[in-house]
Amino acid sequence: MTNELTREATFNVKAGMAEMLRGGVIMDVVDAEQAKIAEAAGAAAVMALERVPSDIRRDGGVARMSDPEMIRGIQQAVTIPVMAKARIGHFAEAQVLEALEIDYIDESEVLTPADEANHIDKWNFKAPFVCGATNLGEALRRIGEGAAMIRSKGEAGTGDIVEAVRHMRQIRGDIKKLASLEESELASAAKDHGAPLEIVRDVATTGTLPVVLFCAGGIATPADAALMMQLGAEGVFVGSGIFKSENPEIRANAIVEATTHFADPERVLEASIGLGGAMDSLESSKLADGEVFAQRGW
Amino acid sequence: MARFSPSEAGSRVNGGFRGVGVLALQGGFAAHVGKLRAMGALIREVRTPADLVGLDGLVLPGGESTTMTLGMEREGLAEPITEFIRSGKPVLATCAGTIILDDAHLGLLDISCDRNAYGRQTHSFEADVKIAEIDGEPFTGMFIRAPRITRIGEGVEVLATLDGHPVAVRRENLTALTFHPELTSDNRLHAKFFESIPVGHLAEIGKDRDRTSAAASQSSQPKSQSEGASG
Repeated sequence: MTNELTREATFNVKAGMAEMLRGGVIMDVVDAEQAKIAEAAGAAAVMALERVPSDIRRDGGVARMSDPEMIRGIQQAVTIPVMAKARIGHFAEAQVLEALEIDYIDESEVLTPADEANHIDKWNFKAPFVCGATNLGEALRRIGEGAAMIRSKGEAGTGDIVEAVRHMRQIRGDIKKLASLEESELASAAKDHGAPLEIVRDVATTGTLPVVLFCAGGIATPADAALMMQLGAEGVFVGSGIFKSENPEIRANAIVEATTHFADPERVLEASIGLGGAMDSLESSKLADGEVFAQRGW
Repeated sequence: MARFSPSEAGSRVNGGFRGVGVLALQGGFAAHVGKLRAMGALIREVRTPADLVGLDGLVLPGGESTTMTLGMEREGLAEPITEFIRSGKPVLATCAGTIILDDAHLGLLDISCDRNAYGRQTHSFEADVKIAEIDGEPFTGMFIRAPRITRIGEGVEVLATLDGHPVAVRRENLTALTFHPELTSDNRLHAKFFESIPVGHLAEIGKDRDRTSAAASQSSQPKSQSEGASG
């Protein structure tokens, strides 16, 4: 709906959309059937993509934006929000996703980067963006470019939580340090973080990111989700962890339950029973240099 | 009984506190918590039926209505929330919270909603909304994948409209909005809701928070006054 009294797709509306995803689980799905399973399990949104990260790792080659027809099929199958990934810096893929009326665009290191110097200028879009970050500076640079939601990167497709923990602790730790600084120290902090001073000042004042912070990359069990939520994640992306496990439906429900009740060990215990096998995993520390997705982007 | 977090510094009013629950299964609960806490409410995030015990008011926030509905089924929350609302205590619902109350869900408010009626996220918008009982400037209504109220039943009062459709309605203790006042810096709607909440009995609210101050102020308050305030 548009008329002279309405203002569409403002930054507040984009960031507000992420507020509505809080406490939720966003699940990677590759077709309409998986999307329906995710929705019925209580996913707050789905991420439509052709291959989950563990398959991207296995297959190698260039990973691109998914087939729009597949994405449209998923949009038609569910009523919850549908997200999709564009390559870092590939603003034309993002334009296509916006034309599809995708609810959130993930400018993602899981796909092969299209531009090694520049991320997408996200202010040019009506569709909101979520971007990955390994530390506060990276998060604030993305917000400076217009991202309305941040996720810690972790290491997608491994089922190894260690990088997600590292990145979440880094971001939260950086925020705490920033909040302890005096006004006169903020310009220097902004230089060190390589981030816009205005946003650095905002974080120092409020003690929190100006947008919602989710976690991603390596979540495979209900306890993984509970761990990340207790470390300060405001919601969880699960990629390969659900549909590469033995019983996706049960595991999807369990991770949703553990994310809601992350502070209640008895509920996380209950959610952890009878799930069948988790996804096949890879130890992040044994990945060769070129295989580390989190190093993509800056 | 679930506890209020010890870090929540609620402000005492007439010797009591306003204990406000915010449904926190999933969705935009944090912004409501922030606003009401700043006004002095004792906040409890509601995830199970036990969390509703002893509350004086309740917020049903926005979020994904499908996710929230499934969560309420899993937790067995539909019945206790229905009871809470029927008890007459003030309830504020926004967006998905409003959908949860409609005739296709809990049926506690005689309205029909068309979900995501304005389109997908790229069509989410801000618009100025004039609310009947709020003086001054219009409200900045944040409409995020918002529902449209397509029918209102008898006894449902319309507080505001946009393009001819109700965007804020009330029936008795229930106020339901299709937009998100919690996402703006404007506190007027929350203040109105907060003021409408009766002050709770210290015997219930205070004991899991601060036994000493509860006992002290109970003895300093005439019994009849604290009962009256809790009505």
